[in-house]
This record gives sequence, C-alpha cells and structure tokens, in this order.
Amino acid sequence: MMRAIVQILGLFALWLVMSGVYQPLIIIFGAISSILCVWIISRLGLVDDKAILQRFRFFAGLRYLFWLTVEIGKADWAVSKVILATVMPKQQRLIGVPARQKSDIAKVLFANSITITPGTVTVETEADHLIVHALTDEAADMAGLEDMGARVCDLEHPERREAS
Amino acid sequence: MMVVVVDILSWASFIVGGFFLFVGSLGMVRLVDFWARLHAASIIDSAGVGLILLGMMLQGGLSLVTAKLALIVLFLFITGPTASHAVANAAFMSGSRPHDMVEDVTAETPPKKTPSKSKKTKTASAAKAPKAATAAKSSKTTRKKS
Repeated sequence: MMRAIVQILGLFALWLVMSGVYQPLIIIFGAISSILCVWIISRLGLVDDKAILQRFRFFAGLRYLFWLTVEIGKADWAVSKVILATVMPKQQRLIGVPARQKSDIAKVLFANSITITPGTVTVETEADHLIVHALTDEAADMAGLEDMGARVCDLEHPERREAS
Repeated sequence: MMVVVVDILSWASFIVGGFFLFVGSLGMVRLVDFWARLHAASIIDSAGVGLILLGMMLQGGLSLVTAKLALIVLFLFITGPTASHAVANAAFMSGSRPHDMVEDVTAETPPKKTPSKSKKTKTASAAKAPKAATAAKSSKTTRKKS
C-alpha cells in the first residue's frame, strides 16, 4: 500500500514536470492517470520483491551517482586518447567480472554502470558474474571494476562493507 | 556579472561536449572493428550528450525547461547503456568476437548453466576458423560488416 502511494506520487510529479500546464482540469487528469497506471501495474503483478531494492538509500545513491560521473569523465578522456592516438593498441579482451548483487535492480545498475563507462561494455550476464568487453588494458582494470561492484553492493546492503 | 559567468560555463561545456561528440564520431570511423566502435559510441552517449545538455541547462536557468532537460539526461543515461548492451549481446550471441584479443574468458570456460548456448557459440567460432585461415583479409572485412 505504502509502495503504491509512493508510485502514484512519483508518477504525478513526473506528469507535473512534463506537462507544464497548471490548470485544474489538466492536474486532475494527471492524478487520475497516475492512479490508473499504478492500479493496472499492481493488477498485472509484474513487480515482485526480488526486482526492487528493499529500502533505497537516497543520499548513498546520490554519492554513488557523483562518483560514477567522475569515473565516466576519466574513462571518456582515456578512450578519447585511444581514438586520437596514431597507433591503435591491440589490447581487446573479454573478462569475467563477479556480480554479487542480490536484487535484480542492483545487478542492472552495476551492468549499466559498466556499460556507460567508456572502454567497458557488459556483453552477457550470467548467474553470478558478468562478461565484460574491455577496449584497453587500462579499462580492463579488475580492481576498479570490483570496487564499482562493491559500491553497488553497498547501496544494497549497508552492513556488508562495515563487516569486512 | 553572474550572467557572464553562467554564459562562460555553458559555452565551455558546449565546446567540450562538442569536442567529445567529434572524437566519438571520429572513433566510429577510425577504430578497428565492431567491438571497438561500440566504445566510441559510448563516449557520445556519456560525455557528448551529458555536456551538451548541461550547457543547455545552464542557459535555461532555474526553470521548468531545466527540470525537463535533467529528466532527459536521466532517461538517456538509463536507456543508452541498455541499448548498447543489447547490440553487444546480439553480436556476442551470433558468435562475433573481437579480433586481436589478448584475453578471452569465454574461450577457456564456456558458460556452465546453458550448454546449448555454449555449443552454439563453439560451432559458430569453429565454422569461422577455417575461413579466417584461408582468407584473413576477406574475413576481416566481413566481420567488420557484421
């Protein structure tokens, strides 16, 4: 029930931002359509408990986003240097990266974070690891990728990092 | 004064974003094969689009336009990697592999849980091997196209 209310409020906020027309009729349409959407989704029963984070840590997510932006910037520059270099390096490799995330959404977040960082692309997802294509030796830095995985795990289970 | 600073910042991000868009497009032409070109597209996805939209947001100021642009950035950052993963996964499944690989985790240990899939990729790579041996140059070009 709580989740449904949060979903309705989220969809309604999206409607308000996207429409930009603030007349009573339009706002009522927005409210009705967001309630209808959430009702249909809950009736379909597509969202199971494994697909979502049990509790989302907002500030930790924000910190992760900031860290990821810095990493993307660094990787952008590295791949730009490869493109502009006179001699192309022959260092392509397919590597296996362990993915220890429990929920599906955290795994998706990890795989998407790898893909959006230039130099690495997630090619295939297995049960407990991802197959990643790396363009250069620098991009295939296993410690860096595992650090990213640990950070995503940290979003999911705050106690894990404190324990280790 | 403030307007000038914001203008300078937004122009800087337009120029840097344009530079990354140019480098990404150059990479799409210059790099060796499909797999390397994917990374060039990845630059356009992240730095190019991100910086250009950041410049637009600075021009927009604190308004509804900026909020909409921020949502565009958010959705592009989710859908962009998903799309490139779909393309890469399709290439992987059809048996295409990057050439001049120094390390291939899939060659040594085929996936355990899906035997049919590993068989498929094995036969595909086996079928490709003699072709590559007889005519290395032509197979390179065909692989580029695929």
